[in-house]
Amino acid sequence: MPKTKSATGAAPNPWQDAIFFLLKQAKIRHVAYVPDAGHARVIERAIQDPSMVATALTTEEEGIGLLLGAWLGGERGVLLMQSSGVGNCINTLSLHANVRFPLPMLITMRGEWAEFNPWQVPMGRATRASLEAMGVLVSRADKAADVAEAVAGALDIAFAGEMASAVLLSQRLIGRKVWTK
Amino acid sequence: MSKALDRREVVARLVRSRGDLLIVAGLGSPAYDLMAAGDHEANFYLWGGMGSAATIALGLALAQPKRPVLALTGDGEMLMGLGALATIGRAKPKNLSIAVLDNGRYGETGMQESHTASGTRLDQVAMACGFAWAMRIESEAALAVFAMRLPKPAGPALANIVIRAENPPRVLPPRDGVFLKNRFRASLGFKPI
Repeated sequence: MPKTKSATGAAPNPWQDAIFFLLKQAKIRHVAYVPDAGHARVIERAIQDPSMVATALTTEEEGIGLLLGAWLGGERGVLLMQSSGVGNCINTLSLHANVRFPLPMLITMRGEWAEFNPWQVPMGRATRASLEAMGVLVSRADKAADVAEAVAGALDIAFAGEMASAVLLSQRLIGRKVWTK
Repeated sequence: MSKALDRREVVARLVRSRGDLLIVAGLGSPAYDLMAAGDHEANFYLWGGMGSAATIALGLALAQPKRPVLALTGDGEMLMGLGALATIGRAKPKNLSIAVLDNGRYGETGMQESHTASGTRLDQVAMACGFAWAMRIESEAALAVFAMRLPKPAGPALANIVIRAENPPRVLPPRDGVFLKNRFRASLGFKPI
């Protein structure tokens, strides 16, 4: 796969393009996001794709409402966020438990492998438990080779059964954040 | 009693000639008001997820650009999801209106004062977030203008409707979310999974 420099200056990883391909294949129209470096490539491609609606959120739980509204209107979406955003979503996930609608979430992890910033660690540790406490199905991709299978499975189960399904994209997969040069 | 508008009359006026309007009602009194005006398959009532009426209406407006969409909410819920106004101001859906029934109180929990009682102006917040237009409504004449624009709002639009602080008897909408979803989707021609 050709490596082109993205607008963010980082070379996209092939697994990020694989995610975008799977979103297209799943006929996803709405990409709701709070930015994260790990999602930058998918966000950029969604913004450029005329058949997609990329919506920037101020806080992650807005995306749960947006995806419910889109589904009421007959369209499919995905929510992209960082693990810290999961904490913002907890009460709003009540919407999913009661209404049931496809709610695939792709979550880039912070606060685990090689994390420099200890303030990221508490929510990183609590991410999976928080999602599971609210009834979300959680899977995880630790290596690039795991990503496509994990994402494809999460999309399939979300749309087949109006489930909430999350894929945790590990910090090791995304790589170290460089703090000093 | 002040001359402020009566919430039930306001909502009845907004839905009187609703046409193909799709409505998302926030939890608590706005949902009771909408139910009191007459249940409808294109009504989606919330019983939780406070702060979500505007974001659900946004998703719906983006997915159904040819239908007018109304988020009917209260000042308490709008304040909890204030960031949504920035998100909507950025997304700019032309078919979306938000009606905030503003009594400056949390009616469901004992009429405690909200931030609008001490000066937060939600119409001004909406304008600062990039809404196409917003208005503060304190009269029936102004309400009639807003109601007239609902079918083609050229939004996003927000009406901050000042209502009397009182709790009329609750009129409870259905609270089975799956039922409400399937009924709403069926009205747009979508089948259950």
